[in-house]
Amino acid sequence: MKMDLTDTTSSKINNALVQGRRAIGTPAVGMVLTLVIVTDEEHAYDALKAANDASREHPSRKLVVIKRVSRSPRDRAKARLDAEVRVGTSAGTGETVVLRLYGDVIDHAQSVVLPLLLPDAPVVVWWPVGSPVDPHEDPLGALGQRRVTDAYAAEDPVKELSARSAHYTPGDTDLAWARITPWRSMLAAALDQQHADVVSAEVEGEGYNPSAELLALWLADRLGVPVRRTVSDGPGLTAVRLETKAGPVVLGRPDGSLATLSMPGQPDRAVALQRRETAELLAEELRRLDPDDIYQSALKYGVDRLNHAPAAKAPATEAAPAPADAEAPAAEAPGSEEKAAPAASAAPAKKAGGGKKAAGK
Amino acid sequence: MPAVYDLANRGLLPPGFSLIGFARRDWENEDFAQIVHDAVKEHARTPFREEVWQQLVQGCRFVQGDFDDDEAFETLKTTIHELDAAQGTGGNFAFYLSVPPKWFPKVVQQLKKHGLADQKEGSWRRAVIEKPFGHDLASAQELNRIVHEVFPTEEVFRIDHYLGKETVQNILALRFANTLFEPIWNRSYVDHVQITMAEDIGIGGRAGYYDGIGAARDVIQNHLLQLLALTAMEEPASFDADALVAEKTKVLGAVRLPKDLGKETVRGQYAHGWQGGEEVVGYLEEDGIDPNSKTDTYAAIKLEIDNRRWAGVPFYLRTGKRLGRRVTEIAVVFQRAPHSPFDHTATEELGQNALVIRVQPDEGVTMRFGSKVPGTQMEVRDVSMDFAYGESFTESSPEAYERLILDVLLGDANLFPRLKEVELSWQILDPIEEYWDKNGKPASYPAGTWGPVEADEMLARDGRSWRRP
Repeated sequence: MKMDLTDTTSSKINNALVQGRRAIGTPAVGMVLTLVIVTDEEHAYDALKAANDASREHPSRKLVVIKRVSRSPRDRAKARLDAEVRVGTSAGTGETVVLRLYGDVIDHAQSVVLPLLLPDAPVVVWWPVGSPVDPHEDPLGALGQRRVTDAYAAEDPVKELSARSAHYTPGDTDLAWARITPWRSMLAAALDQQHADVVSAEVEGEGYNPSAELLALWLADRLGVPVRRTVSDGPGLTAVRLETKAGPVVLGRPDGSLATLSMPGQPDRAVALQRRETAELLAEELRRLDPDDIYQSALKYGVDRLNHAPAAKAPATEAAPAPADAEAPAAEAPGSEEKAAPAASAAPAKKAGGGKKAAGK
Repeated sequence: MPAVYDLANRGLLPPGFSLIGFARRDWENEDFAQIVHDAVKEHARTPFREEVWQQLVQGCRFVQGDFDDDEAFETLKTTIHELDAAQGTGGNFAFYLSVPPKWFPKVVQQLKKHGLADQKEGSWRRAVIEKPFGHDLASAQELNRIVHEVFPTEEVFRIDHYLGKETVQNILALRFANTLFEPIWNRSYVDHVQITMAEDIGIGGRAGYYDGIGAARDVIQNHLLQLLALTAMEEPASFDADALVAEKTKVLGAVRLPKDLGKETVRGQYAHGWQGGEEVVGYLEEDGIDPNSKTDTYAAIKLEIDNRRWAGVPFYLRTGKRLGRRVTEIAVVFQRAPHSPFDHTATEELGQNALVIRVQPDEGVTMRFGSKVPGTQMEVRDVSMDFAYGESFTESSPEAYERLILDVLLGDANLFPRLKEVELSWQILDPIEEYWDKNGKPASYPAGTWGPVEADEMLARDGRSWRRP
């Protein structure tokens, strides 16, 4: 059931929601959260579709905030709010309100959204594109306890990560981070079997893919070893190499779906590592609503600390210098070993046990 | 008027029911009928049906006159007698006194003087009074004295339309007809109670009435304290008016004000802002409001109830205009589980269990409790289970005024606050108002938000927070 409200207010929208609920005849409603999607007109359809799919797992009220571009001064002077209220089968599970904002209301979008939030339930704000520099300070972002951005959609993803890091507030998270969950869980599991210390690591993936940077940051942060980020043609992430004292542990995925895990002293094994849809990422993101400490720690490691050592050599030759690199840190190792070793062994244990998103996929 | 029509439409009015309007306006019976007709057409909840209207219109009369005009009251009397004969109303009248406070004593005396209020054997004379029931204890007592000089206690009906709401009556059903809730309805399990009545509108055209009265007098004194009484009272011996009043007065009498009124009460005034997508002016910029007005449009207070059931459980009451959205609810928030076998990360997002009685707009009950998030990990999160009334029972539940008017006609005083309750609630509010008069001024909050930060701080000091209704 779909209702169109033109030039309306939040209180009328609330009435329409109650009316709609009555009309579809479902007296008991159990929605677990409010998902606020802040987007522009061209991304709204895909975002809402993903949110609807995710709502099968997390029944929610979805508020799509579309800030319309006013092209003439006359339009800009006029404030208007249009809404499309969808309940029942056309809204996934839960309720959907598509809000279109014109003119002045755009700057006061939170006044429209606040009355429409579900009582008490957690609020998640998601920017599929065009996330604000400081999500927590954003008037809409301030309403949410969890703020989901997507560095993937930014013009310069790596710079975006630095900005995220600078303005990080507990509750921030990024879909680029959710994209690497299966990689992280696979690598953590591999290190559980392979007890040798890791001395260095390399993450290889297409350029402009912040997930590769995040994975590298995570490795650097958890293992305390130098991590190189190298560029390949993709798709997405193509390989992670961990040099251990017993030999390399390599997780390679050249085709974006089937990966191979090779470890010293073991046969190569196939691992399904399908690149995932936004809906799946979002559903995963919504499973936990407390601050993601591991993301924070990885992000705060600092993306500029990442490529330093190898940056000079890496572009010139590809995989060849890897052994040479491995030696360099190895030489330093005596000094840093004490620190590195506990970190390396503690990290996988924590990941497997603490289960921060690791176990699911 | 629409409520009267709806009652007629549902066949709940006696045949021969008549309606007499009395006002200064120079109207004929037909004009009055037309006004009623328009109001009914626009606002009635049930569909407009000509035959029902015909039944009503036969008993519609209008008497023109001033409140101090003796002649007019004589005309009123003859009109009533005419109707008695023509419509067979049996000498039963209810006077619905919707008059400005300053005219109130005059009107009541006029009714007495002209013998309109004389109780006769075998019929009744009732008075229906709307709020405000005074503006402090002294004025309320004065008002009561005037009314009770003329009408006996049991024939005076104070309309508080909140008490006519289905859900309010359901508080009693929920508490006393079930075994599920009553055992935990006490200080051993309840952490605190929040009673909220929020409006998204401003003062609109009520500037003259509102300025100087304020949110606390307008709402807390009657609606919120009544809701508190119903939530906190002991089980009445029976479901009749006297037994209910006995319990309500008992609990209102046990209410204790906080020691430090400055810290445990907050008042506010809305400032300019955006509300639901519309730009709205601040209270001081409203038409007809003194720019230096100290009237509160937001009030939050903390009360405790000194009895065995509730000792140490704070009751937080708040009301305001131009808040986030229009909602009235009672939230009983329970204590956390004394021990949790789950590790910290599993229950990080788990709040306190709560039972929320939603009074309006979508009447119903919400239960909030922890549930495991589907998936392989152990993660417990709050979920809510809603039960909505209008949707669950097919017959449309009567609107509050309908219910109350019907009760007046039936003489059923269950849902009307009695004299003693009104006086007790002023006793609770008066010290707060006095304190506010002498100290400070209202905090300001932007329109469209959930009130001033001071109110959040007030709860934060107790380690609690307001729920987002």
